[in-house]
Amino acid sequence: MTVWRLISKEIAYRKVNFALAVLAVAVAVACLVGELVLLAAHETRAEQLGENAEAAARQRVLRLEDDYRAITVKLGYNLLILPGDQDLAEFHLLGHTTKTMPEEYAQRLGGANAITVQHLLPTLQQKVEWPEKKTSILLMGTRGETPPAHRDPRKPIRDAVPAGETIVGRVLADQLHLAPGDQTTLRGKTFKVREVRPPAGNEDDVTVWINLAEAQQILGQPGRISAILALSCFCAEATPEGIRREVTRVLPDTQIVELAPQAAARRATRARAAEHGAETIAAEEAVRAAGRAERQAFAEWVVPLVIVACIVWVGVLALVNVRERRDEIAILRALGCSARQIFSVFLAKSLMAGFAGAAAGYAAGLVLGQAWVRWEPGGAEAAASAPVFDASLLAAVLLLAPLLSAAAALAPALAAAQQDPAVILREE
Amino acid sequence: MLRITELAKAYHGTGKTVRALDAVTLQVMPGELVAVQGPSGCGKTTLLLIAGGLLRPDSGQVLLANQDPYALAPDARARFRAAHLGFVFQQFHLVPYLSVLDNILAPTLARPLADARQRAADLARHFGLAERQDHVPAELSTGERQRTALARALLHKPGLLLADEPTGNLDEASGKAVLGHLAEFAAAGGSVLVVTHDPRADEYATRTVRMEAGRITS
Repeated sequence: MTVWRLISKEIAYRKVNFALAVLAVAVAVACLVGELVLLAAHETRAEQLGENAEAAARQRVLRLEDDYRAITVKLGYNLLILPGDQDLAEFHLLGHTTKTMPEEYAQRLGGANAITVQHLLPTLQQKVEWPEKKTSILLMGTRGETPPAHRDPRKPIRDAVPAGETIVGRVLADQLHLAPGDQTTLRGKTFKVREVRPPAGNEDDVTVWINLAEAQQILGQPGRISAILALSCFCAEATPEGIRREVTRVLPDTQIVELAPQAAARRATRARAAEHGAETIAAEEAVRAAGRAERQAFAEWVVPLVIVACIVWVGVLALVNVRERRDEIAILRALGCSARQIFSVFLAKSLMAGFAGAAAGYAAGLVLGQAWVRWEPGGAEAAASAPVFDASLLAAVLLLAPLLSAAAALAPALAAAQQDPAVILREE
Repeated sequence: MLRITELAKAYHGTGKTVRALDAVTLQVMPGELVAVQGPSGCGKTTLLLIAGGLLRPDSGQVLLANQDPYALAPDARARFRAAHLGFVFQQFHLVPYLSVLDNILAPTLARPLADARQRAADLARHFGLAERQDHVPAELSTGERQRTALARALLHKPGLLLADEPTGNLDEASGKAVLGHLAEFAAAGGSVLVVTHDPRADEYATRTVRMEAGRITS
């Protein structure tokens, strides 16, 4: 006869007591495992939903930024890159430059890996007399935007003017009765009116655009330009200091003039778009965090409550078992069993109940947790990604549940070991 | 085998003290079956429990196989009981979920025995339980239960057998059979101390002692 045989026979005899103890442990473990499965599944689903919402928010922000960019592009160029020796006071008083710089500067800037400026438009601009029309105009020579070397070219803000053609500002066209398709002569050279610009409310209304090479020829400035018009990028680096630093690194003998209203509007829209994006994404994250915190808070009191209730349950069952077995304890003590042996009989039984309950509870928790997740709306996807088997969790419950079960049965086992057999045997 | 000298034991209740044993001196030698008879409450069971190392006396001395069991630590006293004593009780005190054979083997929990199963089977056969050895106590008659308890008490071949009203719950035939087995054990050199109301015990005892109010009167 061994202790294990005695325990197994007793378990087989008092099946209900043992089954209830196993059930108590299984309920506690199932509750814990099921809650972990639910939390993990909810976390996965919240992550998926959150990631989708975040991705959608990012898309909306990108669209918004693109819209803002497109809107602000319509404001036109917001940067002027001028020759370094240009007197800015003179430039502002005259409305055009008096100095020039090499046309090759536009290519050099376009070829550099510059990110803060784009849409580079080299121009040669000068206030001149139009002798054939007996009027003064701003003559603007342009060959179209210099394509960037390091990225795909974007749709130009202003198209090139083909050789032999001209674009005329609205006020000038009205004064001179010029219309698209008309032929006109400028300083002895004939041009076809390609387009009349809509009213701009600025010097563009009295500007005549022609091809850069023809302007250089008319103005006697071959290979020279007076300015490079540019657009600051729609990015965080496009601060006035950042632009100046980057451009002067490539073209040291130049200076930057920011067309303040356009630049400020573009910068403000970019900042607002970025701010909106950050707010949207933060709001999504906050919703997810709140949901996570709510579920964790629920689990933090429900699971311990169930575990404590089950420990008490196991303890009560052990106490009932000890009371039922008073006679048996007395005779075993009379036959020579030590108090330690009696203690070990009860403790080993509770360890076995804990182990069996842990195994059953783990399986039940996993199955019920998965079923619950599937049952919830939209739970099929979450169930598919929910954890199926966690060896470390199983090992932990197989270790801890028997220990907790034994702890619950400790006091009854001690009571059994300390029972005085003489008292019981005298009761006959 | 058993030498009891000037044994005294009192139980203290609420405001009342009962002297269960008062200067009891008794000796049971190998080959003797001593029957202790007396009315209920005269201290017979207390005497048996003290003799069995289960209840510490207030005063006096118990010597079992020349050893005072109360001089031993509790675990050592338990081992001592397992080695030298066998018990038989009126209520049998069989473990309800063990078969007859396993009940006979129960003492091996405390003290393993090399040929335990064979000896248990031999005892079952000797006490007419061979056909019943796989049955649990609930499936046995009272006589069979007491014979099972007797077989359990004899598994370790104890020097002293202590029996408390062993025939109290038995019919005449079963009672005689149990007393016969006790006498047989004594005849084989064992010592038996029986406390009983059963007058038939006189027929089987080598000596009968009468007790009254915690004292041996004759």
